[in-house]
Amino acid sequence: MTRIRFREPSIIPGFRLTFGFTILYLFLIVIVPIVGLYMKTFELDWPSFWRILTGSRFQAALKLSFGASLLAALFNVVIGLLIAWVIVRYRFFARRLVDAIIDLPFALPTAVAGIALTALYVPQGWIGRLFSPYGITIAYTPLGIWIALVFIGLPFVVRTVQPVLEDFNAEVEEAAATLGASRLTTIVRVILPALLPAILTGFSLAFARAVGEYGSVIFIAGNIPRQTEILPLLIVFRLEERDYAAASAIAAIMLTVSFLILLLVNLIQSWSNRRFGNV
Amino acid sequence: MSKGVFKKSVSPVTEPPAVRYLLIGLSILVLAVFLVLPLVTVFVQALQMGLWQALATFSDPDAISAILLTLLVAAIAVPCNLVFGIAAAWAIAKYRFPGRSFLITLIDLPFSVSPVVAGLVYILLLGPFTPVGAWFLQDFGVRIIFAVPGIVLATIFVTFPFIARELIPLMQDQGTGDEEAALSLGASGWQTFWHVTLPNVKWALLYGVLLCNARAMGEFGAVAVISGKLRGETVTMPLQIELYYQEFRALAQVSAFSLAAVLAGLALVTLVLKSWLEWRYADQLAAGNRGH
Repeated sequence: MTRIRFREPSIIPGFRLTFGFTILYLFLIVIVPIVGLYMKTFELDWPSFWRILTGSRFQAALKLSFGASLLAALFNVVIGLLIAWVIVRYRFFARRLVDAIIDLPFALPTAVAGIALTALYVPQGWIGRLFSPYGITIAYTPLGIWIALVFIGLPFVVRTVQPVLEDFNAEVEEAAATLGASRLTTIVRVILPALLPAILTGFSLAFARAVGEYGSVIFIAGNIPRQTEILPLLIVFRLEERDYAAASAIAAIMLTVSFLILLLVNLIQSWSNRRFGNV
Repeated sequence: MSKGVFKKSVSPVTEPPAVRYLLIGLSILVLAVFLVLPLVTVFVQALQMGLWQALATFSDPDAISAILLTLLVAAIAVPCNLVFGIAAAWAIAKYRFPGRSFLITLIDLPFSVSPVVAGLVYILLLGPFTPVGAWFLQDFGVRIIFAVPGIVLATIFVTFPFIARELIPLMQDQGTGDEEAALSLGASGWQTFWHVTLPNVKWALLYGVLLCNARAMGEFGAVAVISGKLRGETVTMPLQIELYYQEFRALAQVSAFSLAAVLAGLALVTLVLKSWLEWRYADQLAAGNRGH
């Protein structure tokens, strides 16, 4: 008689213990709190939910958060591609140092990054003073928010593109050159398409991080309602007003968007695994 | 990469030297402006009134208690996620069962949650106005939210995946051959784990702990929402930096950047150790982190 098994048989002990603990810990720390957030949101009736969605302050923060994140992630794709290309393809002095410093935004606490960027970009700061004679203010404007989001999103595209570029088969390039393609044609028509899944993954990760970012942004943002107020900050304000329903509604919307992005990343990866093999 | 047969010919699979130098220069310029300058600024601002004024920060009781709280929180959060990471990697990598990749996706979930939302979910679940929160407060006299337990929980949440995601791919690559050999030679489950599995993954484990710790000590958003910011009680280093920074006195600015310089120093140490691990033990880390 065959029994239907959950897992395939193995002589290695400890499945019940480790699997049980993993599931329990995952549920207590992650799943239950997140489900709780959605349940809190569902306590709202439609008219109140609709009022939050259409409120001018929420709409402004939504546009600012997603707009600035989109522009920052796009910029990250451009400089991320540049940096990944330079690190993988060229040999130069301080290459290892450049490679190591890229992860700085992951390692540097966001509050530290926030006050440092603000000190740099205020009109008296080292960079701010280069722009203030032309009437360009960076700190406390949406431009400042964009700068902070570029900072924290910088490693994502580099780190997703880099391994794919390292594994890229030089023979394909040689074949393209032999067949008469110019260098530019080879890069645009042969190399870039192979990097596309990695670029999309890096872009999505940078975008998702930027939308949720708080620490590095609030110092440089100015935080004026309807002008330089990002979505996470609006949640904080609603919390301070003890308007838990509104805070959880905004959070649930942000969370849903993050999940959709996560789903997108997984789809991109399974698509590229099928098309290009494992990357 | 092939070299041209004739000295003057340009290799068809690389760019002309001028383009190469331009791209290298441009990359270094971008990194200098976006990454190095902010880092340098932290130290310059901390030292603007001299070294003694910067060091005076660390005699402020608020700063001392913030440093101690940060150490305490990391000392609880990192081991919790370490145990979880090992258990999860063992269950997922050493056995085959349906839904493993979905489980990995769930483990990665906290990375895509905004820090502010991470703090909020615990307030909604355990705040003093909720049944669970009220029960803890009345029956045990324990405050969770706007107190240290909440800070620890939020930190565990935001650093949840770090160690597991380093171990899972590596242990999947390593397979079960070593463990099966040890078990068939008569080792017990624990012996196999201590003497076979753990030595196989120790560098990846250290790598994960390093990243987990850096994030645990530097977390701002999730902790800011949940802490209540009682000076000397529920203020961690990143929160104390914010409090100093908002005082707008020149001396407080120096304190903010001095405390920030400590965390920036921690970030630099983390980066150096991380690069060293990637370089020295490339073959013993998960594939994504092998020496770039």
